[in-house]
Amino acid sequence: MSLDPSFVGRTYPPTAPYQVGREKIREFAAAIGATDPAHDDPEAARALGHPDVVAPPTFPVIVTMAASRQIVEDPALGVDYSRVVHGDQRFAYTRPVVAGDELVCVNTIEEITNRGGHGFLTTRTDVSTAAGEPVVAVWSKIVVRGEA
Amino acid sequence: MELPIQTFRVTRADLVRYAGASGDFNPIHWSDRTASKVGLPGVIAHGMFTMALVGRAVSAWAAAPDAVVEFGVRFARPVVVPDTDEGTEVVVSAVVKEVTEAGLTRLDITATCHGDKVLSQARATVRAPR
Repeated sequence: MSLDPSFVGRTYPPTAPYQVGREKIREFAAAIGATDPAHDDPEAARALGHPDVVAPPTFPVIVTMAASRQIVEDPALGVDYSRVVHGDQRFAYTRPVVAGDELVCVNTIEEITNRGGHGFLTTRTDVSTAAGEPVVAVWSKIVVRGEA
Repeated sequence: MELPIQTFRVTRADLVRYAGASGDFNPIHWSDRTASKVGLPGVIAHGMFTMALVGRAVSAWAAAPDAVVEFGVRFARPVVVPDTDEGTEVVVSAVVKEVTEAGLTRLDITATCHGDKVLSQARATVRAPR
């Protein structure tokens, strides 16, 4: 399907804050088999200089995936989610996510291309604390597959 | 420099657990019926689950759970996970491309399943342990 390139540069309003819970980090770490004590034990995290348990590197996708619904469900853009495939994913961290963080996402459409009947959409999500401290920037490219 | 290869077993149970923990309930990650309907050879792992396993490998190489400062991949090929006790295996290797003056280490990563590359342009930058 074809995506309208005029959406490039569009920035969406900040999302409602996401409260990062200690148990959510523990649950996520257990689900991916990450056994470092800093994901589980606040003392172990503090020994590394963090205020509470540390999230594994891909944890922010929980927050950004929910936030990106702003874009993929924007009726004006018209993405058919049943045809979406994940293309690329990238994270650039200012610091790791830790329990107690209150995270706000600002989504920007960075790139739209159409090629071979497929649409390619790159979004950047700037994740910061509610107080405005930057935490991680997250890029995601999705492919909206055309009708075969 | 090549880093020690790390191998991760992936079963259907892992995908169900990851779906719950991540909130990604797309049925192609748990329903054979849905997977074949959209033309996949079977249920596939979440791309972000594969990336999370690679993240574990990177953290293990860095010997710190909080060392990753940049991490990116392209999902090149799906990881098909059969409904067996053994599931499948993702094999992760890396070479050190560069160590910067600031003490950052850049890794080029390879992740394969049955010998096929499942990621391309997989790279991570880690800082030295504190």
